[in-house]
Amino acid sequence: MTKNQVRKTLMEPLGKNNPVFVQILGICSTLAVTNKLQNTLVMTLGVMFTAALSSWTISLLRNHIPSRIRMMVETMVIATYVIIVDIVLKAFYPEMWKQLGPYVGLIITNCIIMGRIEAFALQNKPTLSLIDGLASGLGYAYVLLAIAFIRELLGMGSIWGFRVLGSWWTNWSIMIMPPGGFFVLAIFIWVIRETIMKEAKNV
Amino acid sequence: MSESIMPIAVLFASIFTSNILLTNYLGMCSFLSVSKELKTSTGLGIAVIFVMATTTPLNWLVYQYLLIPFGLEYLRFIVFIIVIAAFVQLTEMTIERYSEGLYQSLGIFLPLITVNCAILGVSLFMVIREYTFLTSFLFGLGSGIGWFIAIIAMAGIRQKLKNAKVPAGLEGPGITLVIAGFMAMAFMGFTGMITLS
Repeated sequence: MTKNQVRKTLMEPLGKNNPVFVQILGICSTLAVTNKLQNTLVMTLGVMFTAALSSWTISLLRNHIPSRIRMMVETMVIATYVIIVDIVLKAFYPEMWKQLGPYVGLIITNCIIMGRIEAFALQNKPTLSLIDGLASGLGYAYVLLAIAFIRELLGMGSIWGFRVLGSWWTNWSIMIMPPGGFFVLAIFIWVIRETIMKEAKNV
Repeated sequence: MSESIMPIAVLFASIFTSNILLTNYLGMCSFLSVSKELKTSTGLGIAVIFVMATTTPLNWLVYQYLLIPFGLEYLRFIVFIIVIAAFVQLTEMTIERYSEGLYQSLGIFLPLITVNCAILGVSLFMVIREYTFLTSFLFGLGSGIGWFIAIIAMAGIRQKLKNAKVPAGLEGPGITLVIAGFMAMAFMGFTGMITLS
């Protein structure tokens, strides 16, 4: 495992191979909670934790899993980590747990986690897979946090629950409602594809 | 909570006012990738209706009669996923047996139903909202129909869109999300008719 390899594994999901922009994966469970920064942070931390550790676990087991039932094994491993996240949240942050409702459990079906396991962890060493899972989680987290920032700012005039825009600001309530999430994500993808992707193509 | 909502109201609410895709963003992955074609969308949509309408009451039974008596509620994620996976396998075999063409066109997407967030999501919502058996069946059915309507509408629009000029960066997922946003706005017109929560 060279230093270069680690660097590449770490940086790719953050930039030109971002799971959200390039593959449009895994937005299902988390987009729903992007109307508030706090919720989004908790959810993305949960995704990062699950992605990193389940990639690591599967990579450790990769030579022992029969390929016919590997999807089932992967799902079980992911579900185990999600249960840990769920129990920890319920025990220490019951308020947050209640607000997130079913979405914590839905981390299991987040395509990014399964996708990274299939594409990376099954062929690579445990440490490298751990880094890959973590990096994918990070690449995912910053995009969703940015979306949540915009939605909360425009929709409620606040950041992290504190009102930052004065009373002159009229809340765009559409932003915190479902259509807002679709629009903000679409605009994000548009801007990124027009700028970064074009550069990458020219190079 | 469950007594105050009429079961039939849940059916309509889950189709229109609380559409699982347009208000909860569940099932986006397969929605974005499959909605290119009307035929495939119809197939997947029907499969989703079938799986949701069957797995939700099934999960209800498992939850009420297996998990609660043994105090294993925290295992619900794993158990629900297993029930769903088994059912998807069944659907896959049925389609393979009776419709070769549909099986070909759905291809790799059928196994993806297992990781379709919407299916697991419906079961988890069912637990949190404390539905009865009948209500969970109608909720599953309604959510499936809602998802079906959404993907059919999207596939129709995307077929028309093939002739339209779309900015390069918006092509594909971008424009699909914009349309989904407009559809969500249209469905918001139903808000207030029935409320679910």
